[in-house]
Amino acid sequence: MRGYAGKFSEIDLSTGNIKDIRLPEDVLRNYLGGRGVATKILWDRLGKRWETIDPLSPENILLVLAGPLTGYYPGGRMCISGKSPLTLGIVGSTIAGEHAIDMRCAGYDGLIIKGKAEKPVYLLVTDDNVEIKDAFHVWGKDRVETYKILTKEGTEALEKKAPGTREWREPSILHIGPLGEKMSRIAAVQTKFAHGAGYGGYGGVMGSKNLKAILFKGMGPLPEPYDMEKTKDLIWRLAEINFKADSMRRWGTGAAGYDVGARTSSEPVRNWQEEWHDEKSFGVDKFEERVWVKRYWGDFGCPTTCEKLSVVKTGPYKGAFSDNPDYEIQAYGGTNLGIFTPEGNVKICSVMEDLGFCGIQGGNVLGFAAELYQKGILTESDLGFPLEWGDVNAFTKLMKMIADREGVGDILAEGTFRAAVKLGKLKGEDLLKYAVVEKGEAIGAHGIRSRQDYVEEVSYPCSVQGGDHTSPAQRDLRKGDSELTAMLHDCGVYCWFNINDEEARALIWDFLQAVTGWPITADEWYNNMALRILAIQRTALLLGGPDFTWKPLVDDDIPPRWYEPLPSGPYKGRASEKSEVKKDVQRYFNDVGWNEQGIPKSSELKRLGLDDVDAKLKSFFSNR
Amino acid sequence: MQSRTKIGQNISNLITILDPNIMDVKGQIWIARDFPRCSGCRMCEIACSLHHENKIWPEASRVRIFMKVPGAEFPHLCTQCHDYPCVSSCPVDALTVDKRTAAVLVDRDKCTGCGLCIKACPGSIPFLHPKDGKATICDLCNGDPQCTKVCTKGGWNTLRRVSRDSDYSYKLYARKPEEITKSLLTIIYGEKGEELI
Repeated sequence: MRGYAGKFSEIDLSTGNIKDIRLPEDVLRNYLGGRGVATKILWDRLGKRWETIDPLSPENILLVLAGPLTGYYPGGRMCISGKSPLTLGIVGSTIAGEHAIDMRCAGYDGLIIKGKAEKPVYLLVTDDNVEIKDAFHVWGKDRVETYKILTKEGTEALEKKAPGTREWREPSILHIGPLGEKMSRIAAVQTKFAHGAGYGGYGGVMGSKNLKAILFKGMGPLPEPYDMEKTKDLIWRLAEINFKADSMRRWGTGAAGYDVGARTSSEPVRNWQEEWHDEKSFGVDKFEERVWVKRYWGDFGCPTTCEKLSVVKTGPYKGAFSDNPDYEIQAYGGTNLGIFTPEGNVKICSVMEDLGFCGIQGGNVLGFAAELYQKGILTESDLGFPLEWGDVNAFTKLMKMIADREGVGDILAEGTFRAAVKLGKLKGEDLLKYAVVEKGEAIGAHGIRSRQDYVEEVSYPCSVQGGDHTSPAQRDLRKGDSELTAMLHDCGVYCWFNINDEEARALIWDFLQAVTGWPITADEWYNNMALRILAIQRTALLLGGPDFTWKPLVDDDIPPRWYEPLPSGPYKGRASEKSEVKKDVQRYFNDVGWNEQGIPKSSELKRLGLDDVDAKLKSFFSNR
Repeated sequence: MQSRTKIGQNISNLITILDPNIMDVKGQIWIARDFPRCSGCRMCEIACSLHHENKIWPEASRVRIFMKVPGAEFPHLCTQCHDYPCVSSCPVDALTVDKRTAAVLVDRDKCTGCGLCIKACPGSIPFLHPKDGKATICDLCNGDPQCTKVCTKGGWNTLRRVSRDSDYSYKLYARKPEEITKSLLTIIYGEKGEELI
């Protein structure tokens, strides 16, 4: 078997037992890695009792998985998964960095983390070895302190293993912030000060296991590919292709901070009350002139380096830093809160990253709270201060309340959906109409009302990853940005942005074959492998529980807000049509082999070899 | 005569600096490094380890990106000091200077893996190979460095191939990672940058 390290480490934090396990070759052949293998492991181990498992209990399994292409395909990432505390299904949430490369070089394809440590711990993963270490001294620490302490400690531990052999490089670190420690559902798994795996809510899962961080350092090479000459050739061809992506390299996704507002009118503005703005103060040029300090920033093997770094060097927010300009957090830490200055935006993102928020889930819940304040539903006496649009200091205060789970912050820490349900009960009013979420998860910063963005009516309602804008369902199943294509990237575990180009996309099957030796074709992927993973993810989503169960069809809908007409901009008056959404959803269900309720069909599940999934669905729905 | 040669050499340096795509500069070369431009992409490590090991092997790459603090990434590789303290520190004469390229060459049969060259280097740049424990040092790919090719092609220009000058203080670049990190932190993060390490 080529392209794989060949083993996973299974760590039981309750007992301290650590053992290596191997997955049969046919499992890897069918599910590849990352999101696919996560789906398989979770289903096999938790499927029978899925609806009863609390994602924040020791019963949940946290998965930290690479894929066969990680480190080879340009742009290395890690896939984090488990039962999601947001969607209650399975989310494959990926995060860039060197950690997955270090893990593979240490001889592991992934970590399977069970149970709950008695007190705060971190894991140290080195060559064929995993150790549990005390993390009491980093518990409660923000991103900078956590990095400072663990970089030093990790480097010292490496030096101890092989003294005098080299000036040691730092281990790669995955960690959570104070928000994750408090088991918030909107906490991210973080790395490198400004990267996060936010979708899914796995920062809270790490917190529930008393797991502060995971350190990785592998001294070996990446697992041997099937055909090294071909792999090398593809690496350099893809580099050439991606070098040509001038604007993506130059401005990253940050150009969209102005563009998606002003031109396509699909950016969240003041909790999606609008999706248009023409604030030139928010253009990427202003970031460049005022705060943007690192022109190109990238992770392992990335020819694009679209990540940027901004630092505020003057004024009241001096010292704040984040990976701006970056579209999603410009939108959610900026326009969605009525903030239209680079400095204000960087400050909000900086605090979110300090405390361990997912930028999207965090910015969504802050915007939701501010709209409730605007409407007089949340008041100064609820919050302790006014919460006006654009008030950076007030939002900063609210973030701290959320991270401390203090007062109303405790409710907001559950994320927008659950906060809307809970506050709705307290206030005696339906607040879900202000919640721009999909199956419990905040929706990425791409709206559908103007129909000018890449997302469609079915993108969120039919996605098996809730509001995840990086995994949108599309009517054309084989489209470059469809969920089935995104899933391939999440299973190979590499960066979507290095396969944007059609020429690059055409090489992916060759790449997979060069590394694994398996002749996987587009037809096999789209007709079998992807549909199999999709069916299990959809099943887990439908089973949900224990705090909520999504109603098939009823909950497969866009948020109520998107049925309201856009109040401003070039597409003023446009709204989504219920009939159109329903029609497209039905078409999508049919195309992926689900019945009119969105339940995977028996015949389809049998075709895919998922008889146990079929049996579970039958017993679940007959008991309801 | 000597001064004319010198002028000629300086012009050749200048041309190389102006046009990083010129790859056939006569004479010895040096890998110029511009730390604040480093994106941290590690494509240099991929190019290096594929060339030397036919594997992607970050910890065996002769150029290693340090990231003691995220955002302050930089490449760490041999700078070919004019006095080569690593070579003179070797008790078994395993290290020599390639007269043609000026690179340090390691005789892997002689090397005992004692690590004295690491201690002797002002930047602790050599390391013992993770597989055989022998000293490992950038050999300038025998005069045709691979890391600069990808870095230049990608437009980062953190590592550039330039011609080597006989009296430039290349040793200035033989610094410990912590020291380089501190300087970069101030550039990137401003006055409180050093507090991040």
